[in-house]
Amino acid sequence: MLKLDKRSADALVWLALLTAPYWLPLIGGYTELGSRILILALAATALNFLLGFTGVLSFGHAAYFGLGAYGAAMTIKYLYPSTPLAILVGVVTGTVAAAVIGPMIARLRGVYFAMCTIAFGQVFYFIAFQWNTVTGGDDGLTAWHRMPIDLGFTSIDILNDNKAFYYLVFTMFAVAAGVMAWLLRSPFGRTLLAIRENERRARFLGIPVDRHIWMSWVISCCFASLAGSLYALLNDFVDPRALRWDQSGTFVIMTVLGGMRSFWGPLIGAAIFIELQDFLSSHTENWESFIGLFFVLVVLFFPRGVLGLIKRKSTS
Amino acid sequence: MSLLKVENVSRQFGSLIAVNGVSMTVEAGELRAVIGPNGAGKTTFFNLISGFLTPSSGKIIFDGQDITHLLPARRVWRGIARTFQITEVFPELSVRENLRIAVEVASGYRLRAWLSSTANGEVKARVVDLLEMGGLAPKADRLVGELSHGDQRATEIMMSVALNPRLLLLDEPTAGMGDQETYDVTQLIRKLHKDQKLAIVLIEHDMRVVFHLADKIMVLAEGAPLAEGTPKEIAANEAVQNAYLGKAA
Repeated sequence: MLKLDKRSADALVWLALLTAPYWLPLIGGYTELGSRILILALAATALNFLLGFTGVLSFGHAAYFGLGAYGAAMTIKYLYPSTPLAILVGVVTGTVAAAVIGPMIARLRGVYFAMCTIAFGQVFYFIAFQWNTVTGGDDGLTAWHRMPIDLGFTSIDILNDNKAFYYLVFTMFAVAAGVMAWLLRSPFGRTLLAIRENERRARFLGIPVDRHIWMSWVISCCFASLAGSLYALLNDFVDPRALRWDQSGTFVIMTVLGGMRSFWGPLIGAAIFIELQDFLSSHTENWESFIGLFFVLVVLFFPRGVLGLIKRKSTS
Repeated sequence: MSLLKVENVSRQFGSLIAVNGVSMTVEAGELRAVIGPNGAGKTTFFNLISGFLTPSSGKIIFDGQDITHLLPARRVWRGIARTFQITEVFPELSVRENLRIAVEVASGYRLRAWLSSTANGEVKARVVDLLEMGGLAPKADRLVGELSHGDQRATEIMMSVALNPRLLLLDEPTAGMGDQETYDVTQLIRKLHKDQKLAIVLIEHDMRVVFHLADKIMVLAEGAPLAEGTPKEIAANEAVQNAYLGKAA
């Protein structure tokens, strides 16, 4: 089997992402599919910052993903038609909500933490669902679209040029993934690993565990809301399903599929999930059952996900 | 001024009084052992000092300041470090990484997103010192979870030492170890006590270890203090012998 050291594996991933719009059509894909994968991969990577590297399972990340999406959509529809402003408002909305909710849940552990994140997520879902006049309710927020990015001297037409939009997503993904990877290699990131590995030991090293979990949560939700803003822009549409608990479940499934101890796991998981979804949903209405079955098989036989399997093979 | 002054602390769990009016004074640089039969409340007593539990009544003074109700992390910042009866380490990280985290936290870097190359160099050098002090240098890059019980324990002790504590609490440091491992850990504790001038309080069942190391011994039985004195005094104490050799006597 092909052996790769970590650095060349990283380089390979970046190269593949950078050139995706050019090779995706060759294997039957299309640019928009690439954008979708990268956006959901960003959300799953953000979730994994908390799940895989802090050891805390959130089952309500869709709330912040959805807040980012609504923040971006409503900015363009009601406030000012600018893509960068939409992204900014989306990220700030999601991050502020996470920062405020965080202290209420950072003390909880395990299933209690997961349940509370679902509960808070559903609150936002029902607000979006009920508040027809502002959010469009069940029908979603329509009749708006992303705007070309005006740089003064030139304008990037992300509205009509799918490749241009892909590269906007790619840039955002690269910045977010870069920041997360860098944080995980810092002293702060190591305190998160410490909490994942052994919370009691971490506490008795003098790490204020709840506060660090709160910080990890806010960072994670910040990037989830960035993904959400991009998701709204991708679809030129947002509806309450972006906030719902099953969307949160999708992020968890992607992360576990790919491998939650690996930084690139969620990206691989998102790619597999969306490819499968794209393929299966064109053949059967019951595509979710097949994804579910696939997920169960992966969890049973490769509990460390697809990347976990590859890593084990290459070290043994 | 005494380093640690525990004044008449008690801790109740429902109707069970696990620790009942225990007082203890530890001077800087002292090595104190706490012994007693199973269920004597030794670990609860440790948990009260380290902040894992708070006392139902009584007071704990460290370095002249009341720490009775302080959170564990804040007690660590003031200089109290501990190990646990069941070794608590970061099993999926290497020995070096385990120590590195402790050193970074102790250096006040826990919120840093980057380190200057000087700071990074200092951290690395300190980790190497600790590895050597603990006899862990040859295993520095192995995952702690793969090491022997004795080496895991040494890692845990060195992580506590990395915090630059003034008081080190060791809960049964040789529990479940063979003779060689017990000897190695005993030598390590002795070295830390002598070279680093660390005040150490340890709970121990192995009487060879206790009598070999301790300046002073406190005996607990059923949550209450039974005797306190030098190893010689304790060995000669009749109440202690009864507590250990069976209450039928």
